[in-house]
Formats: sequence, C-alpha cells, structure tokens
Amino acid sequence: MPFEVYLNVAVGGLLTGLVYGLMALGLSVIFGVVRVVNFAHGEMMTIAMYIAIVLFSALHLDPMVMMVPIAAVLFCFGYALQAGVINPFITRPEHSQFLLLVAIAIIMINVLLILFGPDAQSVQTSYSYDSFQFGKLIVDATKLYAAAAAVTVAVALYCFFQFTAIGTAIRACADNYTGALVVGLDVKHLYALTFGLGSACVGAAGVMLVLIVDVTPSLGPAYTLLAFVIVITGGLGSMPGALLGGVLIGLTEAMAGLIFTPSAKSMFAFGILVLVLLFRPQGIMGKKVT
Amino acid sequence: MKRKSPSKSQTKSASISRRTFAVGLGAVGFTAGTAPFNIGRAQGAGLKVGVMLPRSGFQAGIGQDCQRGVDIAAGLLKDMGMPNLQIMNGDTETSVDVARSRAEKLIGEGAQVLVGAFDSGQSSAIAQVAEQKGVPYVINIAAAPPITEQGYKFVFRNFPTAPMILGDAFANQKEIFATTGSAPKTAVFLHVNDTFGTAMKGGIGAVMPKFDMPYKIVETIAYDPAARDLSVEISKAKATGAEAMIVVSRLNDAILLTRELVKQRWSPMAILSMGPGWYEDQYIKTLGKLADGPLSFVPWYDPNKPLSKTLEAALAKAHPGVSLNTNHVYTFEALLVAADAYKRAGSTDPKALADAIRATNITNNVSPGPGIMFNAKGQNDKLKLSAIQNRGGKLVTVAPKVAANAKVEWPLTPYDKRA
Repeated sequence: MPFEVYLNVAVGGLLTGLVYGLMALGLSVIFGVVRVVNFAHGEMMTIAMYIAIVLFSALHLDPMVMMVPIAAVLFCFGYALQAGVINPFITRPEHSQFLLLVAIAIIMINVLLILFGPDAQSVQTSYSYDSFQFGKLIVDATKLYAAAAAVTVAVALYCFFQFTAIGTAIRACADNYTGALVVGLDVKHLYALTFGLGSACVGAAGVMLVLIVDVTPSLGPAYTLLAFVIVITGGLGSMPGALLGGVLIGLTEAMAGLIFTPSAKSMFAFGILVLVLLFRPQGIMGKKVT
Repeated sequence: MKRKSPSKSQTKSASISRRTFAVGLGAVGFTAGTAPFNIGRAQGAGLKVGVMLPRSGFQAGIGQDCQRGVDIAAGLLKDMGMPNLQIMNGDTETSVDVARSRAEKLIGEGAQVLVGAFDSGQSSAIAQVAEQKGVPYVINIAAAPPITEQGYKFVFRNFPTAPMILGDAFANQKEIFATTGSAPKTAVFLHVNDTFGTAMKGGIGAVMPKFDMPYKIVETIAYDPAARDLSVEISKAKATGAEAMIVVSRLNDAILLTRELVKQRWSPMAILSMGPGWYEDQYIKTLGKLADGPLSFVPWYDPNKPLSKTLEAALAKAHPGVSLNTNHVYTFEALLVAADAYKRAGSTDPKALADAIRATNITNNVSPGPGIMFNAKGQNDKLKLSAIQNRGGKLVTVAPKVAANAKVEWPLTPYDKRA
C-alpha cells in the first residue's frame, strides 16, 4: 500500500482524536475536581449536537460560529445540574452517584427521542464536503476545523486553570477539599463552576462533532464509553492526559483499521486500555495514588 | 419553632372521608374486575399481530420506514376484504438480545402471530422464540439463509435469501454491462459485519463463480454498521485502485461512505449495492445531488401490478413525499400473509394459522414474481429482484428489461463534476 495512504489515515485519526480529546477533557476536569464520574457525559454532548442542528436548520447558524454560545448554554446546564442535583450526592457513596448520573443520562436520551425522534440528523454546511489537498495528502476540512477548535478550547481551559483566581481556587478544591473549606472557599459554587466548565467542554466538542458525524438520541452511551476509555488511558483527572488519550485512541483506531481490519478498530482501542490498566493503572499522565 | 398552619387547600385535599375512600376502592375493584373481559373482547376483535421492528438504535431510520408499511396496511387490508388485525408494536432496539426478549414479551401478552424484524440477526432470535413457543412468525425483511434452513415449522419468509439476491443481482449486472458495452475489471467489496452482511459475503464467494462476472474482487473490507466514521474504510478501498465498489450496507453507513467518497475525491466507475441504504428516502434527502448514480440490486416491487399502484397511492396519502420502497412493500406483504391466513383458518389457533400460512397462494400482491407462496422450508423462493438507480431524487428501474422503466446512466458521474 502506498505511503500516502498511511499518511492520510494517520492525519485523519489524529484530527478525530483531538476532538475526542476535547470531549474527554470535560469528563477529566469534572472528575479531577468534583470526584464525580459523569455517566451522562455523552448524552450532554448529544444535547449540544441537537442544539447545533436546531440552530442550523431553523436559523442557518453555522455550528462553528455557534460553538461559544452553545458551550455557554451547556455551562449553565452543567452548573444548574451540579448545584441543584449532584451537590447533595457529593458525600454519598459512589454507587449512589453512579445511579443518579445513569438515571439523568436515560432521562436525557428519552427526552431527545420524544423531541427529535430516532432518525439520524446532520448539519450540511457549505464546507461539509470540502477537503484540502497538499500534494498527495488530502485533509478533511471539517475535521481540520474541529481539531483546531478543540486545541483552542483546551489551551483556553488550561490558561483559565493556571492563570485566573477562580481557576486557582478550583485547583485548591481539587487538591484538598477540607483545606479549601477551612480557608473559606465556597466549595459548592466552585464544584458547580467546574461541572459547568466540563459541560461547556463537552458542548464545544459536540458542536465540532456534529460536523463529522450524524446525530441520534442513542449516540450518547457510545461516546460516554469512548470518553471513559480516553481518560482512563490518558489519566483520570489529567487535562493533558485527556488530550493525549484522545489522540492515541483516534490514531490507534485509524491505523488498526487500515493495517488490520476496520471492524476491529475498537478492539485495538480497548487493547490499549487493557495495557494501560495492567502496566500504568493511573493512566499515561495520571498521578499515582499513594 | 413555629409550626406553619395548613392552608385551606391543603386542609381540603387532606380530608378524604371513609365514604370517598370506599368509592375509590370500589372504582379500582371494578376496573380490575372488568379488565379480563376487556382483553377477551380485544381477542375477538381481530388477530393479534406483534410487529417487531428496530424502532430505536442505529437501524431506527429503517425501522420507522418499515412502520409506514404497517400504518397503511389497515385500510388496504380492509378494502381487500381481509379480517381486522390488532397490531402490537415491539421495539427490538436494533439488538438481537432485545429482539429475543421482546418476542417473548409480546407472546406473553397474547400475540398470535409475529411479524418483523428487518434484520437477519434479530429475525433469527425471534424465529427461535416463535418456534419454541409455537407461534407463527412471518419475516418481513431478513436475508440470511439459515433462518429457513433450521427445519422450523412456524417460521415463514416472504423475502429473498442472500443467494437469491446475489443470483438475481449478478444476472441484472451482466444485463447492464451488456447494454452499456462497458464493465469494470476490478471491484472492492465493502460490507457491514452483521449477520446480513456476513451472509452476503459468504454468498458472493459461493454464487459469483457461477456467473462468470467480468470483474474480480480485489479486496473485501468489513466494517461495523454502527461506525461513526468510515474514512479509513474508503482510504483502504481507494488504495486498491478498484474500478467499481460493491457494497452491502445499511442507511447511516451508506451516507457516511458517500460523504467519504466525496471528501477523499474518489469516484469509482460504479457503486453496486446489494442491500439497503443507497436507495432510501433519507439517503436521497440527506445527500441531494450526491445521491444520484448508485445502482441497487434489491427486492423491489412490480410497478405493473394493480396492488402496487394501490399501495403507492395509500403511502402518498399517508406520508406525502415518501417513495414506496422495499421496507414498505415487504412489511405490508407480511401483514397481508397474516391476514390472509387468519381469514382462511378462521381461528387464532397457532397450528391452524401456521398450516394456513404454509398453504398461502396470494397472486394479487406487490413484490415481483408470481406471488406469495411458501416452499416446505417456509421460504418464498419465487421472488425476483430488480436493479434500480437513483436519478434526480427519484428511483428508476433499469433491469431486468421486462420491468425497466429507464435506461441506466453509466458510468457514475464523478462527484466533483456535479453541480
């Protein structure tokens, strides 16, 4: 097989992986601070995708343009969800949190089914079928835009956590819950803020993914699982780990599909997960729990 | 702490007297007591048919399309003098396990005949349950041969098997190649890796050598029907340098494959589909001009049969803008088989119904061929296929010549040359 085929597939996998990484970043941020595993992550992304579809079909608003407003809507949704529903469960056993979020996910799927029906829906922009050719390399335009947006959002999020007072306070909550309470931080508000930020991330990822994949209400669970695979591979709670995990899974799926068989793509992604769990249980960039 | 006194409304709602309670209890008792009689009356109202379709999950689009065939059946069957059918809807959720459990549930709730379920894997699971429980099952769409090779007594299929589809498909392809005077020398075969796709792959290997086709298959690529991205599959197919693409797909993946063909700037000489997806309304609606060109070799309908015209008119009235297709035709015919058998059997006894279905001989039907009749295995082996092509948002029949209403457009117009 010619070399350019490998190159094309690798670039495609890398770009898709970056968007996967942005989606998983939200999950990682939420777990890293709130210590709640969001089992409704994929479903929240599906909501963002449907918002993008509705805005596009009703008002012809391009998803790329609407990324920030939709992420803001998801931020508000995530904030309200954490403040109103999840906060009381923070100190409860993990199985209670798990059941709560699974229940929320099921409600979301069914509400979407009622509102939009089971048919796949998509956004057809003027650049939906565009691709860029660089010599023998052909790059899917939508994937390129989506990956660029994913990197931008990830950098913005990193800067927020590193260089703002609220970001520092959130990191303090993540490092030491009791200490944060002692110094007078409003931990519940910060938790809600973090959940909102995680939701905004997944919202932005959803808006980007709607350019690449068709949406159905039942899409959520598959992406929740994918986000888990990525964050566990990259390191649960690690932001760079989530992006790295996304790229690794995206590349692995693409190359495995090319070299072996496309129907075995997921098998190789899960194979990487098993290897990570065996030899580096904290994930590639995760901190070892002592 | 000062206790809040109850408001007037709270006091009113809280004051349930013993008399009110007794009346309520009586009402509940009456409802419960009469419920069995209601069920009894319902049984007398018609044959209870459990229609199992993938109404959710990744095959939901096709499941909902099949449902349109169910929607229009009631009025048509009544006009044909058939008895009333009481439809019980079941959702397989595009899952073999769910299909099995839903079949058991529907039978438990009184279904006297089962119909469905579009997919071979799901239909196989339902067939096992139907046979075990002794309830007749009429398959609307499912092509995997083993379903009617198990010696089942209660399972019937009015749909061609994979070898039947392939045999007619190769014959129709050769007719098209002869008409155009051009044929591909190489082809790449992409197929879904579900029960249907795997059966078709096996069938191609077994049937193709008998037809002396002008092309050879240079690579076979299997993929997950629920895949979200098929860019790798198209990269791999393009790299083979094949002149034509043979596909066995579903709806969503057919759309994804087409998008990737455009993005990766590859236009094969022909796209030859031997399954669903490429001719469906949603495919055409989603892709517009890009949907034109693929040839589908499918169980279709005979436009010259009177009932086809009636079915087309009923569908146009119930669902304006939706074109009649395989999903509607074969789901309707499955219900027609059930109603016809019930009429002749005059009973809801499962064995009597199964015997009546086995003796079916419906010549006033929609699908191509002499009519609906089953062989000893419960298979209608008289069905014929058509070759249809997407043309300007419509579907035209291009082969066989006896059923054609248009000439084939050959080769495929390159995607980058379309307006």
